[in-house]
Amino acid sequence: MLRFLPALTLLAMLGPVVAGLWGTLLPAFGHLPSAGLHGPSLDPFRNLFAWGGLADAARLSLTTGLVATALSLGIVALISASWSGTKAFRVLERLLSPLLSVPHAAAAFGLAFLIAPSGWVARLLSPALTGWERPPDFLILQDPLGLAMIAGLVVKEVPFLLLMTIAAIGQAQPRRSLLVAQSLGYGRVTGWLKTVFPRVYSQIRLPVYVVIAYSMSVVDVALILGPTTPPTLSVQIVKWMSDPDLSMRLTGAAAALLQLALVIGVLFFWWLGERFVAHFGSLWIMSGRRGQYDTPIRMFSLGLGSICALAVFLGIASLLVWSLAAFWSFPNVLPDEFTWRTWSKHGPDAFATFGETFLIAGIAVLLALILVLGCLEAEHRSGRPLSRRGLWMLYLPLLVPQTAFLPGLQTLLLSIGADVGRIPVIFAHLVFVLPYVFLSLGDPWRAWDARNAIVAGALGARPWAIFWRVRVPMLLRPILIATAVGIAVSVGQYLPTLLVGGGRVSTLTTEAVALASGGDRRAVGVYGLAQTLAALVPFTLAIVVPAVLWRNRRNLHE
Amino acid sequence: MNKSLNLQEVCILRDGAPLIEVDHTIHAGEVLSVMGPSGVGKSTLLSFITGTLPSAFKGMGRVLLDGSDITQKPPHARHVGILFQDDLLFPHMSVGANLAFGMHPGGSKSEKRAKIDASLRDVGLEGFADRDPATLSGGQKARVALMRMLLSNPRALLLDEAFSRLDADLRAQVRDLVFRTARERELPVLMVTHDAEDAKAAGGEIIELKDLRAC
Repeated sequence: MLRFLPALTLLAMLGPVVAGLWGTLLPAFGHLPSAGLHGPSLDPFRNLFAWGGLADAARLSLTTGLVATALSLGIVALISASWSGTKAFRVLERLLSPLLSVPHAAAAFGLAFLIAPSGWVARLLSPALTGWERPPDFLILQDPLGLAMIAGLVVKEVPFLLLMTIAAIGQAQPRRSLLVAQSLGYGRVTGWLKTVFPRVYSQIRLPVYVVIAYSMSVVDVALILGPTTPPTLSVQIVKWMSDPDLSMRLTGAAAALLQLALVIGVLFFWWLGERFVAHFGSLWIMSGRRGQYDTPIRMFSLGLGSICALAVFLGIASLLVWSLAAFWSFPNVLPDEFTWRTWSKHGPDAFATFGETFLIAGIAVLLALILVLGCLEAEHRSGRPLSRRGLWMLYLPLLVPQTAFLPGLQTLLLSIGADVGRIPVIFAHLVFVLPYVFLSLGDPWRAWDARNAIVAGALGARPWAIFWRVRVPMLLRPILIATAVGIAVSVGQYLPTLLVGGGRVSTLTTEAVALASGGDRRAVGVYGLAQTLAALVPFTLAIVVPAVLWRNRRNLHE
Repeated sequence: MNKSLNLQEVCILRDGAPLIEVDHTIHAGEVLSVMGPSGVGKSTLLSFITGTLPSAFKGMGRVLLDGSDITQKPPHARHVGILFQDDLLFPHMSVGANLAFGMHPGGSKSEKRAKIDASLRDVGLEGFADRDPATLSGGQKARVALMRMLLSNPRALLLDEAFSRLDADLRAQVRDLVFRTARERELPVLMVTHDAEDAKAAGGEIIELKDLRAC
């Protein structure tokens, strides 16, 4: 049985992606029998290119993806170069790691509440510094250049890349390299960038590619913070896909292929950029320059890191304040009056949606855990670790833009008459939950001292007894953390729930994003906060439960 | 019955090249010391005997325990006890639960408990059953690890640098305890070490492994 689990895992992860791409490809060339259309034809592409907003939409996809990724990576590199190994770095790590689980949509709403013309930042500065008595008439949110959207992506991708970098740093033994560099007269930042960063980057390459693909094609953040006329390409794809006129799906499918091509193109461009940077980087290393701006760079990077962390924390706080606000006049920093009215109005619905959200997340994560633990155990027993190709396979569902295959998956499900609804949604979530659970659990699982298994076997324990009685209890903490990661991933999913659920399945995320266009900030506060809690509470439990359970077992505490 | 651990033309290969060759019989109560520099694959020999040879290696030859061939048996059915340089007490179990882990199923709870208490008394650790292993000293942990292995009724004993983490005083003490117990129980012992004093204290035959790759 165990032997088949890796294949089953691959099927669960890649099956929907491949099926979805197929379901996109056919209608993109005019073949949609359920709408009475038979291809092949190039009309969908003609319609797509006839759409006036295409150039802007495609440009937005490119710029938001590239700029958000470059900024996030730059900030992470500077922070690590300046501070890794110090106390401040550990504080920053602790601050940022819970942010990883905050759903993108909640973070985007929080940011919107901060930087909007009537947001907290403007309120804090008004009227003393700005002289504004009324909210200024600037288009800060949904600006045509997508700057607000880029900011929303950066504050979430910095924690992600930073935690990936921290994991990679652990394997690179940076202290000795830095010590040697410093004894040769290099500054801390320059020394780190020249000696440690190249090794770290090769470890975080795939996560960086994930950030590119994600930032280029994200839908929920774009709906909240992105421009509207035209919107980003991915938002437009979703619009076409939900048009009652079925023929619009063909245009949507063609656009989905274009989105895929754009992502592949940008990934290739980035890959070329890596070569370029490597070339000039080695020239820079050869130049032997020791670096002289350490202190300003360190202060600057600390400032950037703090802004990212504060943007999310204060954003969540503003969700809370808005959900409790009665009348709130500008430029008061706090509401004129607090009330439970919004909670009593939206609370019961939000609570019911909480249940649906956790049902979907719970089943998806349970399936993911069974598959991942089975794969890891199979790997342990056969002694064959995951190959490089296997690692790419794990990242593949995260590299293919969601808008390229989820619409196709929906079309395919409809055309074979399969019911859309909760069960397909669970399997769609599994596609994204699986890789993250695998990546989160893989390293601690493999780092376990296998001599424990040899001893247990020599004491007469069968393989499954070793698994349940020795390995799982010893690795309880990482298993629960992986569970929490999986839940956070599932809770945060917008597009799979929307498209594969056919509009009939609503989770906290779909409800929250649906409120985005309505402008009811108080309701958004309730749902955004509920969404954040749904992701954060499992994390807290994952840390508290093992600590309580193993309170008398010192060696299991870190 | 012929009580012995018999290694018949055992040869371990890595990438097709021979790493170790041993052909030897260890009789009950005797110690065979296998010595050699690190990296020569001494531990690999032990993993061949416990049935946990990593897939990068290939083992040939036969292992007979008390006359029966265990080469193809799964690890849990081999009745071969092993001690490593680290105590490897399971950190999530109490000292008593660690001891119970290797005991054969069956028997009432109170019988088990009495057996655990008695064996702790034997090694001077009376009343330690409910303790967290992490709170024990190095020597205490080593004794619990030995006792845990003995309670599983092994028919042979393997030592993988088992004393190298202990400091000099403790080392002699634990070593004597292990060898004495093995003699009392008539267990054949195979010890892998890089320490000449361990081999001398064992008093048995010594095989010096050379780095075959260098030839």
